[in-house]
Amino acid sequence: MSLLTPSTDPPAVPTSPGPWTTDGAPRPAIGGGGESASLEADRVSAWFGSHKVLEQVSLHMAARQVTALIGPSGCGKSTFLRILNRMHETTQGAGLSGEVRLNGVDIYAPGGRVTETRRRIGMVFQKPNPFPAMSIAENVTAGLKMTGLKPSRSDRDALVESCLQRAGLWNEVRDRLTHPGGALSGGQQQRLCIARSLAVNPDILLMDEPCSALDPTSTRYIEETIAELREDVTIVIVTHNMQQAARVSQHCAFFLAAAGTPGAIVEAGPTTQIFNEPSDPRTSDYVHGRFG
Amino acid sequence: MAVSVDPASVASTDLHALDEPRVIDPGLARADRVFRQVARSIGLSMLVLILAIGAFIGYQAIPTLRAYGLDFFTESAWQPELNRIGVSGALVGTIEIALIALFFGIPFAWASALFISEYAPPKLKSAVVSLVDLMAAIPGLVFGLWGFFLLQPHAIDLSRWLSQHLGWFPLFKVNTDADAAMWAQSRYTSSAFIAGIAVSMMVIPYACSVMRGVFAQAPIGEREAALALGATRWGVIRAVVLPFGRRGVIGGTMLALGRALGETVAVLLIISPTFEIKFNVIEVGTMTISALIAGRFGEASAGQLSALLAAGFVLFVLTLGVNAVAAVFVNRSRSGSITEA
Repeated sequence: MSLLTPSTDPPAVPTSPGPWTTDGAPRPAIGGGGESASLEADRVSAWFGSHKVLEQVSLHMAARQVTALIGPSGCGKSTFLRILNRMHETTQGAGLSGEVRLNGVDIYAPGGRVTETRRRIGMVFQKPNPFPAMSIAENVTAGLKMTGLKPSRSDRDALVESCLQRAGLWNEVRDRLTHPGGALSGGQQQRLCIARSLAVNPDILLMDEPCSALDPTSTRYIEETIAELREDVTIVIVTHNMQQAARVSQHCAFFLAAAGTPGAIVEAGPTTQIFNEPSDPRTSDYVHGRFG
Repeated sequence: MAVSVDPASVASTDLHALDEPRVIDPGLARADRVFRQVARSIGLSMLVLILAIGAFIGYQAIPTLRAYGLDFFTESAWQPELNRIGVSGALVGTIEIALIALFFGIPFAWASALFISEYAPPKLKSAVVSLVDLMAAIPGLVFGLWGFFLLQPHAIDLSRWLSQHLGWFPLFKVNTDADAAMWAQSRYTSSAFIAGIAVSMMVIPYACSVMRGVFAQAPIGEREAALALGATRWGVIRAVVLPFGRRGVIGGTMLALGRALGETVAVLLIISPTFEIKFNVIEVGTMTISALIAGRFGEASAGQLSALLAAGFVLFVLTLGVNAVAAVFVNRSRSGSITEA
């Protein structure tokens, strides 16, 4: 029996080479924005101090696809996600090995600008975190200021509208763009955070359990947003919600950490395959809710 | 199980009376009740102590205030032998020195607080914190000596430069020829300007400590949001830390002001006593209330003592007010704070 019917989008008809093989055709790393990009983790291990939390994780996150990272708590999914845009190193004592390649270029290569990497690989966090002192419109354009871009006033207004449109929030806030972002509901705040991430024109959007603090209606809005966004932004999402993973993703990676060992990928592949005919019995147990 | 109520009786009685909030017993355990009692009485005794000090000084000041009335606040001379006593000159000097101390001290405290909370690597951070805190442990006397012997010989060059270039502005006017080849150095020494710089060293640790405490509380969620957008550290500071820490900057500044207003020994060592309302701060001579009290206390007769206590009462009210404002800023939560990390 098919547990779930995955998203209606055709599964994995990649324009780039196969989703679980190495992308052999690196494209220039410059530019970006609107252009689809792929992300490749190559034998990534991670530590906090002397404690190893990730072991040799390799994963291809294909362009124009949503990749879901699933697995029980404490298996290193969020750590892995934070490694993908260099947020991992902001934690004290954090270390890593391996490579993360954005369109074939290692984001940890010496001489690379970390701020530019983070601009190109945006992130939405578990807890909505708009800047409370800024208005809704200022929140959307906050990233532009911080990355040193100064669009003209008309460009800015257009950008605010298009980002809020894409995040599915425009109709709710169009009449109160000058109100503080902190006054919105939790679900609206999270969509505001998505709009804010989109404003700096990222190639990749990482989402760390973006709906876990939200009600079902808000969750549905955000899932609809994700489905639309993947047209031009590659998305990697961490989720604890199996149904959500099945609904929004085309590819899935199952993480697991056995007691006392670092987390690792047990199985990765098209979402249909992971949910309906997983090759590893542990994956089967997890997606069928027998543990985790 | 509807309770039948006679409509007539409802109409006749006050509906609100039927719906009174009931008294809720907090239901504290015995240990909690005892602790609450102890904590409450200690807290109250602090309040009583402050009020008692204020009442004591105020009571002692009554004879003076009655004798001189409003003249006590407008007269600038302090000549008990001529029966001319007033705090206006010393009050102006006090405020001038405090503001000069803030002018030099606050940017320094602000920058070091930002460095400590945002830039310093962990090991350096604890070293810098200890050093800045150590500044608070250095006696005012030492800063006074430092100001007089080490700072003053150099600071007067800055004073002269100011009077040469900005002498048209009353604050920087000095009644001597600044451009003379043999310039009168003694006209620039022992001024409010130099005392203010010495005092600035003493307010830095207080302001820095409050500011860095508030900067460090800037929500991690917002910091990460800024970083994930591609912000530089300065971008994070501008978008998250400074808006969040504004009340800490204001509170720390007010606390420093309260401290600067009361500073005594360092000022007493540096200044040359002058009893007049004087706005040219880089010229020799000024006076503060605390320096006045410390300088005249030993030789004061009973009547003069009352006058000094009256001056002290003015300072007490001033610093209490400033510190109260500081407390309001430090404790007040920021506006629009929905997301707390």
